[in-house]
Amino acid sequence: MKDPASTARWHLATCHGCGLLSRAGTGHAARCPRCGTPLHARKPESIARTWALIVAAAILYVPANLLPIMETSSLFGAQNDTIMSGVVYLWVSGSWHLALVVFIASIVVPMAKLIALVILVLSVQLRARWQPVQRTRLYRLVELVGRWSMLDVYVVTLLVALVQLEALATIRPGPGALAFGAVVVLTMFAAMSFDPRLIWDSMEKNDA
Amino acid sequence: MPDTPPASDLSTLPEAETAPRSRWRPQLVWLVPLVAALIGGWLAMKSILEQGPVIGIVFKNAEGLEAGKTKVKYKDVDIGLVTAVTLSKDLRQVEATAELVKDFQPHLVEDTRFWLVTPRISGGSVSGLGTVLSGAFIGVDVGKSSRAQRTFTALEVPPLIQIDTPGREFALHSADLGSLAMGSPVFFRRLQVGQVVGYQLDENGRGVSLKIFVNAPYDRFVTDNTRFWNASGIDVKLGAGGIEVDTQSLASLLLGGVAFETPEEAVALPAAAPDTRFELFADRTRALRNPERDVLKMVLLFDESLRGLEVGAPVDFQGIALGEVSAIRVELDPVSRRIIMPVEMNLYPQRLRLRSKEKDQPPLSDEARKRFLDDMVATGLRAQLRSGNLLTGQLYVGLDFFPRAATARIQWDSDPPQLPTTVGSLGELQASLQRVAGKLEKLPLEQIGADLRQTLQTTSRLLHRLDTQVAPEVVATLGEARKAVDTAQGMMADDEPLQQDTREAIRELGRTAKSLRALADYLERHPEALLWGKKRNQQ
Ligand SMILES: [Zn+2]
Repeated sequence: MKDPASTARWHLATCHGCGLLSRAGTGHAARCPRCGTPLHARKPESIARTWALIVAAAILYVPANLLPIMETSSLFGAQNDTIMSGVVYLWVSGSWHLALVVFIASIVVPMAKLIALVILVLSVQLRARWQPVQRTRLYRLVELVGRWSMLDVYVVTLLVALVQLEALATIRPGPGALAFGAVVVLTMFAAMSFDPRLIWDSMEKNDA
Repeated sequence: MPDTPPASDLSTLPEAETAPRSRWRPQLVWLVPLVAALIGGWLAMKSILEQGPVIGIVFKNAEGLEAGKTKVKYKDVDIGLVTAVTLSKDLRQVEATAELVKDFQPHLVEDTRFWLVTPRISGGSVSGLGTVLSGAFIGVDVGKSSRAQRTFTALEVPPLIQIDTPGREFALHSADLGSLAMGSPVFFRRLQVGQVVGYQLDENGRGVSLKIFVNAPYDRFVTDNTRFWNASGIDVKLGAGGIEVDTQSLASLLLGGVAFETPEEAVALPAAAPDTRFELFADRTRALRNPERDVLKMVLLFDESLRGLEVGAPVDFQGIALGEVSAIRVELDPVSRRIIMPVEMNLYPQRLRLRSKEKDQPPLSDEARKRFLDDMVATGLRAQLRSGNLLTGQLYVGLDFFPRAATARIQWDSDPPQLPTTVGSLGELQASLQRVAGKLEKLPLEQIGADLRQTLQTTSRLLHRLDTQVAPEVVATLGEARKAVDTAQGMMADDEPLQQDTREAIRELGRTAKSLRALADYLERHPEALLWGKKRNQQ
């Protein structure tokens, strides 16, 4: 197979710190001879880390959706809003397009990110040779979406900052916002810790 | 390994330094999901723990209730929110589901009360005005029971007294409610110290039981001897000192009210226990009347109308109320077949004795009392109906001495003993009228009549004689007289010859005088005529 050689195959590693290419050998604890940065052929324990972060994000996804992300109290009563109740409110009050945006940004996208990460990690772990290009593209997409799926957190943050009329109305972020932010951050980390080169490693090793 | 790059190329690459590998590298990354799980678990726990009790409150209707908006408040602090309002299955009621704060859980007991607070104008006061803006809310009064409960029935009206208000509740018994209502004030020395918090008809329908609440610290003035009376409305008394208007307050005029007073000698007594029953008297006078232990029942028989005499009318002995009328009955006496109306009275002999100088007299024995009363009656003591008020015609029983009354004595054998009576002041008037009639009756009217007739007969005879004997002669005389007058008149008439002649004569005389005057005139002008006679042309 006319497959271009990867650095791993030649036991070569690029330093993350200074970009020096050096022979890493088979030893795991290699360091860059120039700047001393630990050298890895691949991101170390990428699969395990990604898994851990995915699990953590999945755990927090539940309270993020069930707990109120916003506690409003005004002259006309106190109200606790979850993401879903906000979507329902927007939908019922006629702003269906806004409802759709919030629904996609706050519920579908984090969920899709988690599912995509699980697919990627699983496929690498099972040494699947299926659609490597597509999977890489999926990875790029996950990374790209990253921090942009925090719409609700942005909205809440803005509202909290803007609406502090004390006597008349107060808005406070609820515990759901914390969980929601954590989910977004954890999925970002999970995407970061996943090494997309592993997708291609399995292709090579099966070749050999 | 195909496609090995040239060794010279690779050898130019620097060799990586090797570092000793730590023996055990914990998979630190798994701490992340662990922490996430902990955080998730903590959040879940927190929200579960913060989840307050959910209760159901049954209302008559859902007016003012709104899911997600209506709050539950205790002492104006939000303690929950109505989450759902649903109809009961039989459509008769509305059940509101409310989620309360967790801290309130221990207070959800049997006698915890819920009610809807809306703007309300009642009992002369306005409440819940704040709800005009903020909307209705559910008020709570925390109970004292220890039995937990989760479904409550809302009160129709807010409770007047919160359970934790210091003070005591007492029960009053009255013949009727009068003008009292929920919230009617309770006065002590004209100071409002409590209010009526409930009332209900007795089960036998014979009276009304009221519940009043007397706020602390005034509740300690309620002792077992305290007297309550109905202070509703105006009490107008027409007495010797003029008109006396008595009312507790303007509010009691509108709302009615209850007043109480504790007799001086009973003030030192310990406060009455909560829920003690008291009698609610109709007015202050009756309420403060001393309870009499020494009661002598007697019966009176009057021979006159009892209109105006009421049960409770005083029995007065020379200005001292000695007792009161306790019953007026109507009976048919089988012996005389007459309707009699026995008037029973309660006499309090102690009152007479209380006014005597010796304070610690031993009570009279029954025998001594009998003798004493017998002596009194022997010297003329009688009962009499007297008019207490000429306007209203109210009567009272007066005991007084009538030395000239016919002898009578107390009939001790009747039950109760019967005290002799004498006709009352009205009866006396009747009696004197009768005396007048009697005297009239005794007049010799027949004799007078006979005499009168005789006189009339004599007169008649006299008239007859006048008629038959005197009258004709008078007529004749009158006839003569008329003739004389006629003759005189005839002589005077115009066409009578005598009259004519006289007139003729007078006329002749006139003419003569005229001729004489002409002769005189001619002679004046022509005196010569006397000598030469009248000339023919001198006219
Ligand atoms: Zn380096």
